[in-house]
Amino acid sequence: MSLLKVEELSVVFRQRGREDVRAVDGVSFSVAPGETVGLVGESGCGKSVTSLAVMGLLPRRGVLVEGSIAFDGTELLTLPADKLRTLRGRDMAIVFQDPMSSLNPVVPIGVQVTEVLVRHRGLSSGEARAEAAELLRRVGIPDPARRLREYPHQLSGGMRQRALIAAALACSPRLLIADEPTTALDVTIQAQILELLKGLVADTGTALVLITHDLGVVAGMCDTVHVMYSGRIVERASRHELFASPRHPYTAGLLASVPRLDRPRGERLEPIQGSPRDTLPWSRGCAFAPRCRNRVDECARAAPELHGGSHSLRCFNPIEAKAVNR
Amino acid sequence: MLRFVVRRLALLVPILLGLSILLFLWVRALPGGPAEALLGERATPEAVERVRRLYGLDRPWYEQYFTWVGNLLRGDLGVSTRTQHPVLEELLRTFPATMELALTAMIFAVGVGIPLGYFAARRHGSWLDHLSVAGSLFGITIPVFFLGYMLKFVFAEKLGILPTDGRQDPLLDVVHPTGFYVLDGLVSGNLEAFADAFQHLILPGIALGTIPLAIVVRITRASVLDVLHEDYVRTAEAKGLKPATIRGRHVLRNAMLPIITIIGLQVGLLLGGAVLTETVFAFPGFGKFIADSIMARDYAVLQGFILFTAVVFVLVNLLVDIAYGLIDPRVRVA
Ligand SMILES: Nc1ncnc2c1ncn2[C@@H]1O[C@H](COP(=O)(O)OP(=O)(O)OP(=O)(O)O)[C@@H](O)[C@H]1O
Ligand code: SF4
Ligand SMILES: [Mg+2]
Repeated sequence: MSLLKVEELSVVFRQRGREDVRAVDGVSFSVAPGETVGLVGESGCGKSVTSLAVMGLLPRRGVLVEGSIAFDGTELLTLPADKLRTLRGRDMAIVFQDPMSSLNPVVPIGVQVTEVLVRHRGLSSGEARAEAAELLRRVGIPDPARRLREYPHQLSGGMRQRALIAAALACSPRLLIADEPTTALDVTIQAQILELLKGLVADTGTALVLITHDLGVVAGMCDTVHVMYSGRIVERASRHELFASPRHPYTAGLLASVPRLDRPRGERLEPIQGSPRDTLPWSRGCAFAPRCRNRVDECARAAPELHGGSHSLRCFNPIEAKAVNR
Repeated sequence: MLRFVVRRLALLVPILLGLSILLFLWVRALPGGPAEALLGERATPEAVERVRRLYGLDRPWYEQYFTWVGNLLRGDLGVSTRTQHPVLEELLRTFPATMELALTAMIFAVGVGIPLGYFAARRHGSWLDHLSVAGSLFGITIPVFFLGYMLKFVFAEKLGILPTDGRQDPLLDVVHPTGFYVLDGLVSGNLEAFADAFQHLILPGIALGTIPLAIVVRITRASVLDVLHEDYVRTAEAKGLKPATIRGRHVLRNAMLPIITIIGLQVGLLLGGAVLTETVFAFPGFGKFIADSIMARDYAVLQGFILFTAVVFVLVNLLVDIAYGLIDPRVRVA
């Protein structure tokens, strides 16, 4: 039974004097308790907008959201704002990409953690402080009592991200969305933060949506992976399948541009040609066509549909499936 | 925090020193010198010489400077050539009225301006937002004396709901222990006098407060708009916090920083605007007193006034700095 079920989610930004931007276009995915689902893709493919839509954090003016987002059976898109507020921070939480700008610079770390506890669990500020210290300790911040009194600028980048995670975990949410939680951090800290999230899923059965453009992160964490391109999911598979036998040319391109230990020495990394801006509107064909090596005539005539079972694809001319031994 | 305040206070010393030198040079640089300025163009050389000796103007300039600063430190700002009263006494006599007026104007500007600017930003692009932008542009361009006369004409003369001028109904039986009439009404338990003094402040307060109001609205709107786009506000929303918590702790607290800076800078503007407002409403504060002194070329008073204004300005901005330091921990280290 899935905890979060997103179906045919579309998000359109309407700006005066400019063309509408369809940032998310018919995205469906679901996450079960204890499962880690990855959303992967280059910059601008709609990962963050998807996560904001799930959290109900998109601005109401100028944004059109369609489809369905069901959390534990409750439809979030039609849920009144105050009901959504009680879910947010308590049952579902999000960790954002940039730990510096995501913390309020003029509010002590302690308050930024305790405010969630006070709001959702009705703790007194004394109880909340004790609990917050415990949370900081749990996410690996040494000397929590002192850190609670400090301000964001007094903490290192990794420490700030831990503090944000502590605030997100404060009410033991059933769903955690991590939007590029490690992008702003250096490699060793990245590994520590990922370990922390992994431990969390294992210990508490939290459902985790991990958003990243880094397939290396996916490799270590995710059960299921959704590859997005230009607002749509183009390939979906278990992590194992995806890495062993990527079938969409875009996924293959992403994989080819990641350094891997199991690759023959001396083999060159091949970045995908072009940039995410060389995109065809889905209304005219396959969005990836301008950059695709496997392109066939059909690709510029109509948009491919997503089909297939546990390993789904949106492509007219996919890469041959390899036999995957499990 | 204490060290921060002490450091800011210590900064006052060089500022005031520099100012005293400037003021001293200013009077020395007057055409024909202060004695001639005092006596007018047709003064005989003997009279000029007598006055120079009387005021110590014949001694070397550094001696004059130290004597003058020494006197200042003892609270002796000289004697008004127009009224023959000590300058300090005159300033203290007229200051409470102006202070009361300026405070009213500021309370009006901040009390109306911050909520208005906040809601304009919150409903960015709505009619309320457009109205506040247009209104604040209008408020900044409208001359103080024109607005003053209009208010007086409509509310005092036509509608007759507020008094036309002065600080207090002369027919009331009142005492003035502090010189702040609103406060006087309260401390002497005379509620009628309190209400009367307050009513006398409304129109001049609005006239004087309109420009600061317009500025506060604009700054608040811009500042809140900036903060609303900050990631930490989104984080606060993601925590499901109550709207009031988000507004107070995560939006206004941050947005206040530029706003209080502007409020501090308004003080100079207010004291300048007070001269016009007090003239329109025959309000007996030091604005009017200074205007008369300028006409009479009463340099001792002007010197004292400038010094006094500067001290007030510096002190208010010290308060602003302290408030800034209290709100923003990063400033305390800097
Ligand atoms: N407020 C907005 N108004 C208009 N367009 C927007 C807005 N926010 C996002 N978009 C557009 O939506 C698309 C998807 O953006 P999104 O932030 O989801 O990308 P992303 O996959 O998270 O990329 P990144 O890896 O850079 O974070 C982008 O093309 C972006 O230009
Ligand atoms: S549909 Fe065509 S253009 Fe698109 S990815 Fe497949 S082969 Fe390439
Ligand atoms: Mg993003």
